[in-house]
Amino acid sequence: MPVPVTISVNGRAVSDTVEPRVTLVDFLRDRLGLTGTHVGCEQGVCGACSVLLDGVPVRSCLLFAVQAGNRSVTTVEGLDDAILLDAFEETHAMQCGYCTPGMLIAARGLLSDTPDPSEDDIREAISGTLCRCTGYVQIVEAIALAATRLRQDERHG
Amino acid sequence: MKAAPFEYVRPASLADALELLAEPGPETRIIAGGQSLVPMMAMRLARPGRLVDIAGLDALAGIGRGDGGIVVGAATVQAEAERSPLLAAEAPLLAAALPHVGHVQTRNRGTIGGSVAHCDPAAEILLAALAMRAEVELASVRGPRRLALRDFAVGAMMTAAEDDEMLVRVLLPARPAGLAIGAAVREVSARAGDFAVLAAAAEIGLDEDGVCRHLRLAVGGASPVPVTAEAAERALLGTRADTDAVREATRLVAPLLEPWDDQRASASYRRRVAPGLLARALETAAERARSPEE
Ligand code: FES
Ligand code: FES
Repeated sequence: MPVPVTISVNGRAVSDTVEPRVTLVDFLRDRLGLTGTHVGCEQGVCGACSVLLDGVPVRSCLLFAVQAGNRSVTTVEGLDDAILLDAFEETHAMQCGYCTPGMLIAARGLLSDTPDPSEDDIREAISGTLCRCTGYVQIVEAIALAATRLRQDERHG
Repeated sequence: MKAAPFEYVRPASLADALELLAEPGPETRIIAGGQSLVPMMAMRLARPGRLVDIAGLDALAGIGRGDGGIVVGAATVQAEAERSPLLAAEAPLLAAALPHVGHVQTRNRGTIGGSVAHCDPAAEILLAALAMRAEVELASVRGPRRLALRDFAVGAMMTAAEDDEMLVRVLLPARPAGLAIGAAVREVSARAGDFAVLAAAAEIGLDEDGVCRHLRLAVGGASPVPVTAEAAERALLGTRADTDAVREATRLVAPLLEPWDDQRASASYRRRVAPGLLARALETAAERARSPEE
């Protein structure tokens, strides 16, 4: 039986009724049309579906939408993060783009917590996100570049 | 890969949750982080008729002192436990296990109690807690009960909890006073953060002369429930735990193992590698005890 749920998605309160078995990723993609969040394995292995839940990265296929009730979700569409996006573009950190939303979310989660990450910190932060094009080196480079620029920005701004 | 239909309930209190578990009717499962249960439901390996979501119950979350040791609420999120200074100081072996559990994204949802109650043979939290000789507290409408974790974890994915019972707390004994303590978890897995093929946990306490006065050793992934290596612990107590002694003593775990073949490794691989992995965990723990500033 569908139940009512209210979730803040990218800063906007969304109220809907949803069957409890609908995962958050299906809710975001199919109900809200937010297809930026990708879906791969649907069993918590690939990380493509990562979103921020109350600011921290989680897998939206391992969460029923009802469990996100009264909490706040940020998808890749809501990542207002030009420095991070530019860094991915400049270092060629995406090939097919399948993993990119999950990588961006993982990077955002890391940088919010660790503004000056080591390479190991970066590798650890993206270890749960698979890139099937295996472009990990550029992804690590992109996140390091974004971290440096964000710190500079902080100092000047 | 979609879960079968179920009813979802978010109780307002632990008492309400226990009432729901006691009601006759559909198969009711507790969900907190859901990092094991949701994939099992997606694969239809689990098909509960009703989920009771305890994630919002504050009474079940948090880490504190109590009962002569450290008390961890079952719904404490793993990432929160990872950041806890109290856990790092007082339960170093569990703290050493946490970074090995899944990935950041799953540790931000998964709970300590959820992992213990799931009872996966290779799970690092279960391994560390068993090594530490933890106890668990269960609750039901019939009242609470407390039992040793080794009596709770009865088999692979099997616990002694009755259908109307819920795990509410994990109780970790206090670390021994007056000793230099070091703890380490080592594992074999395909990629960092993947399911462990084998995992070993070691905690050592050295007195001021460098003699081993406290030891906690366990191996996971090579038996239905992680085994505590008691014979190895006894053999090393009172020694300086040097490399030869460690290598010899950790072999004593071999007869306790009941390994199996699966897609990750063969039984004979598990049998051959487990003692050496335990030795390495212990060596790392001993190094940390000898140079605590690291
Ligand atoms: S789709 Fe969620 S982890 Fe793969
Ligand atoms: S860019 Fe293709 S999967 Fe990562």
